[in-house]
Amino acid sequence: MTSKSAAFSVPAAAATAAGPGTDSGRALPDRDSHSHSDHGSGTGRSGQGGRGGRGSRGGRPRARRSTAWRVAGFVVPVWIYILCFYVYPLIANVRMGFQDYSVSSFYSGSAPYVGFANYRSVFHSPQFAGIVTNTLLFTLGSLVFQFGIGLALAVFFRRKFPLNGVLRSLLLVPWLLPLVVSGTVWRWMMYADSGVLNRMLLNLHVITHPVPWLVSTTWSLTAVTLVNVWVGIPFNMVILYGGLQGVPEQLYEAAAIDGANAWQRFRRITWPMLRPVTLVVLTLGLIYTVKVFDVIQIVTQGGPANSSQTLTTYAYNLSFQQLEFGKGAAVGNLLILVAIVFAALYLRSVREPEGRNR
Amino acid sequence: MSRQGRNAATTTTVGVVIVGIMLFPLYWMVNASLLKPSDLVSRSPVWFPLHGTLAGYRSALSAEGGHLMVSLVVSLGTVAVTLLIAAPAAYGLAKLRVPGRRALMFALLVAQMIPGIVMANSLYISANKLGMINSPFALILADSTLCVPFATLILQSFLKGVPDELAEAASLDGASRLRTFVSVILPVARNGVITAALFSFLFTWADFLFGVTLTTDDSRAPITVGLYRFIGANLVDWNGVMATGVIASVPAAVLLVAAQRYVAAGIGNAALKD
Repeated sequence: MTSKSAAFSVPAAAATAAGPGTDSGRALPDRDSHSHSDHGSGTGRSGQGGRGGRGSRGGRPRARRSTAWRVAGFVVPVWIYILCFYVYPLIANVRMGFQDYSVSSFYSGSAPYVGFANYRSVFHSPQFAGIVTNTLLFTLGSLVFQFGIGLALAVFFRRKFPLNGVLRSLLLVPWLLPLVVSGTVWRWMMYADSGVLNRMLLNLHVITHPVPWLVSTTWSLTAVTLVNVWVGIPFNMVILYGGLQGVPEQLYEAAAIDGANAWQRFRRITWPMLRPVTLVVLTLGLIYTVKVFDVIQIVTQGGPANSSQTLTTYAYNLSFQQLEFGKGAAVGNLLILVAIVFAALYLRSVREPEGRNR
Repeated sequence: MSRQGRNAATTTTVGVVIVGIMLFPLYWMVNASLLKPSDLVSRSPVWFPLHGTLAGYRSALSAEGGHLMVSLVVSLGTVAVTLLIAAPAAYGLAKLRVPGRRALMFALLVAQMIPGIVMANSLYISANKLGMINSPFALILADSTLCVPFATLILQSFLKGVPDELAEAASLDGASRLRTFVSVILPVARNGVITAALFSFLFTWADFLFGVTLTTDDSRAPITVGLYRFIGANLVDWNGVMATGVIASVPAAVLLVAAQRYVAAGIGNAALKD
């Protein structure tokens, strides 16, 4: 999300997850929702009943339909909102990508159309290939480690032990914090001389010389990826933990009777059962990592010499530092394309269960 | 102690160590916010703020107090705008077979995938044309784009659990649909409303991109932007910077402690439930 849109981005990360209705989601015991909301145990049932009733709408189609139109007023505001605050900005951005929109446009009020000139200039700029590579490496690195560590933690917390709940909710703190705060702390920890990260690594003999995390072109991308991994672990853990709750205990009991060891149980039961959730988590992670802004902007500003610049920070740079809004919009439009591809993937991965659900 | 008891104790210990490692950066922030500037730059880290000072907090509050107010006003405003739009929409989606239901769900899902920088680019141009740069209203509207789809989806999943009999009874008593919604449904679904409001507040409080693009006048900037500029301006005063970070984290910390079940419900609902 950036900001939890931040890579969750964080917080917003869960946002998009809204409503996937994955297999595992349905597998969650119903009581779960009741313990969170105050509705009595009867509520779920009547909810089910209501759904059943809708299923039989073949009975009085016309009456249903006219009611439907009379209640449309409830969703009119949100449709207007979507048109003004999502559709219009999107169209405006696409259009701006074809305009020479710069500082002078603010005074003259006009921005001439220039065809694909913005795209040509962006593609042909000497730093572009590096920025695309950075974006790929940053996204891939973040995903692999966020997911891997998140999964390991989810499996660990599946055990029953005292303080389990408290510890799990404490792990959420990094996800709830503003990314600017996390970024600032990490930047402070990563200073070459006084930073505690190098101190600890030196003491543990992992490194022999302080690593210039923030100021070297070799290390800056690793540094921002590391921070983004830290930010993203809780989200991955929470969702995967939820998925694990949907795996029936009997499977493990049966496997234990058959003498399966821990690795075999993970390989043969946990992993296959988690597949639908895994798909959702990875696609969401992809969508949110590609647009991470806060972390990079705070920790390195994309520097030094663009070594940690990604498409998102580049778009920001073009628009808001160099005031070349047309070029910034062009890069933004590339990001929209990427988002569309991933969104299609995401919707595909959740569509089937959703269809059955609704 | 039984073998099982020992195992549980070992597992708990491992869990505590994991959490300790994950949360170390936060400890380090609190520690640094209390240390004297000389300790902050010493070559051997000072692990505990035994000879601490509150000077960082004093300088943070005097430098960032205004930013905190901006964040508070903008966050509360965003919560209001978000609920005003999202609550009726959620009711329509969950209970009143409104036309275009699938299309709306789809639009809300996709809306959350638009990269923030694209929104910022467009909204900056619009705000500039309307003369609304530095206006808290522009920031409220921009931040609401982070919240409206999330709040709508989360609320509709809550509202699905409200029994249909309630609305039927209200309509038998002669209440209009709007009245039923306001005086019967919303009170029953208050947990959902609280959850949506809490998350909207958090998203807005944490927003940086809109804050940094839509405010050029420093006195109108939210706390996240204040902190960012504070780093730029004060490479020496890390103790004040870290104190600002701690203060900016307060809403998240309060949420986790005071509203834990809503947070859990929010994340659970958002991520895993229809």
